Amino acid sequence: MIELDDVKKAFNQGRPNEFWAIRGVSLRVDANRITVLKGPSGSGKTTLLSMIGCLSRPTSGRILLRSRILSGLPERFLTEIRRKTFGFIFQQFNLVKGLTVLENVMLPAYPLGLDHQPLKEAALKLLGQFNMESKADSKVEWLSGGEAQRTAICRALINDPEILIADEPTANLDTRLSREFMAIIRDLKQQGKTVIVTSHDPVVFEYAGIDTVVEMRDGNLAEA
Amino acid sequence: MKKLILRQKYLIDFTLSSLKRRLAKNLGLLLVYTLIVFLLASVMLFTHSLRREAGIILESSPEIILQRLVAGRHDLMPAEYLDRIGRIRGVTRKAGRLWGYFYDPAVQANYTLMVPRDRDLGQQEVVIGAGIARTRGVDVGDFLTFRSSDGRAFSFRVVDILEADAELVNADLLLVSEGTYRDFFGIPADRFTDIVLQVRNPSEVRKVAEKLTVLLPDARPILREEILRTYDSIFSWRQGIVFVLLGGSILAFVIFAWDKASGLSAEEKREIGILKAIGWETSDVIRMKFWEGSIVSLTAFLLGFILAYLHVFYGQAALFEPVLKGWAVIYPSFNPTPFVDGLQVATLFFFTVFPYTVATIIPIWQASITDPDAVMR
Ligand SMILES: Nc1ncnc2c1ncn2[C@@H]1O[C@H](COP(=O)(O)OP(=O)(O)OP(=O)(O)O)[C@@H](O)[C@H]1O
Ligand SMILES: [Mg+2]
Repeated sequence: MIELDDVKKAFNQGRPNEFWAIRGVSLRVDANRITVLKGPSGSGKTTLLSMIGCLSRPTSGRILLRSRILSGLPERFLTEIRRKTFGFIFQQFNLVKGLTVLENVMLPAYPLGLDHQPLKEAALKLLGQFNMESKADSKVEWLSGGEAQRTAICRALINDPEILIADEPTANLDTRLSREFMAIIRDLKQQGKTVIVTSHDPVVFEYAGIDTVVEMRDGNLAEA
Repeated sequence: MKKLILRQKYLIDFTLSSLKRRLAKNLGLLLVYTLIVFLLASVMLFTHSLRREAGIILESSPEIILQRLVAGRHDLMPAEYLDRIGRIRGVTRKAGRLWGYFYDPAVQANYTLMVPRDRDLGQQEVVIGAGIARTRGVDVGDFLTFRSSDGRAFSFRVVDILEADAELVNADLLLVSEGTYRDFFGIPADRFTDIVLQVRNPSEVRKVAEKLTVLLPDARPILREEILRTYDSIFSWRQGIVFVLLGGSILAFVIFAWDKASGLSAEEKREIGILKAIGWETSDVIRMKFWEGSIVSLTAFLLGFILAYLHVFYGQAALFEPVLKGWAVIYPSFNPTPFVDGLQVATLFFFTVFPYTVATIIPIWQASITDPDAVMR
């Protein structure tokens, strides 16, 4: 589904503080699988993930999505692909403060210009799946960590993406909630989603339901 | 098409909720903004209508006023000069006028005493301007007593009060009969204050004035167009002063607006990053912020302008009275007919709404073209 071909990424290229965070990664991520990127802090997991998710571009190398080369596409197309194909769950959840849970979940759909009522119903249905419907009208700043995460998951799913990307999703959760999260991930896989997760949490990469673990070290894949 | 509209609707909804979320900041901004528009619009509306009123009044004044000069100073005009002028081509009417100033110690104000051309008054009758009526607290039928230059007391009965719509010039006017005027000031029967001439054709005015200077070397013709010009420049000058005073506050506003609008808080930056990461296009983000800027500045503009309109046309421009009308002790109460000049509104709009909206958009644009991967950290 996703192919990386000798992808490199440099920060501050050409300046004295130039830093190669990714130094030549080739990788295949298969559809309908759960892939975990693990590795020590600073090894480049987040950097790689944001390139896969079209949040940033590689300095060199190619990224292909369903055999389509993403690297050269203009910003507008990348945004569209991001909106249609990927759902993001960020480490800090990145919910928009001051808005309600429901509004946060609907946010990624605004640029699509859908009718309000069906959109709202879809969002409520999603929240219902995660036992969050009672919180729909609460402001997100009052949510507990687990609730915030489930809101973030609903938001990631509102546009029905094929691929779910989660960066350190369990970093702010205790073990029980982390296990719950992995169960959710497994269910999503059963619904046909492709999931890519980074983590250095054993609960994640030792979870029985995951398919592939990719280990990273200093911007390279550590051959496991 | 429908999608496009719905999309805008979502953006506006989101904008409104963003405005609500940062209520304190936006209210403060709105307040200062409104105040600035209010002040600027007030000055504009006020000076403009002052100028218009003065213009309307001067329309009906004579084309040429002839004054006699003695040693460079304004002196009384001998009546025989009227005959010496004789018949000049283009002059449709000529007449001697009697007027002068009189200081009333009771209210410490100067009145303008005048003999009306189109009105016959009895020896003890007087017509007064609304300003005098107000300050002296008199009405039709009441008596006014003044002491003349040689110490005699003159009693007048008020028979009429001048209508208020031209109050800017007749607020301090006192109309008396010719006999009373000459008696009160001690002016001989063969003297006038000045002579006025009416010229129908505007292109002949200068020619007539030239002939007059040849005919009467010790007289000075004053043309209405010159008065109009002087008025104009006086008003412009006063307006200029006010604008300079306002300049400081405008500058403060610009800095304030720039700071508020352009200095994106870390939270706002993060929000833009989130929106982009979850699939909003750069143009969506910019449009959203454009709506935000427009809503704030349009609201402020409308509020400020309406307030200024009320202030000038229904509140007698209370704030500016001392600055802009300070030439008379008896303040004319100022009730100009409401009048709005489209070009002025456009100018004001351009200099307030436009810069603000730009100031909001530029930094957003900068923030929103950067890669959104910062939200991953
Ligand atoms: N914008 C940037 N400018 C300069 N250096 C950067 C930038 N972003 C990341 N880096 C560097 O790139 C390296 C990889 O960062 P990255 O966030 O991908 O690591 P990570 O594997 O996700 O680590 P962690 O497990 O702690 O999240 C780090 O050394 C980081 O300092
Ligand atoms: Mg990371």
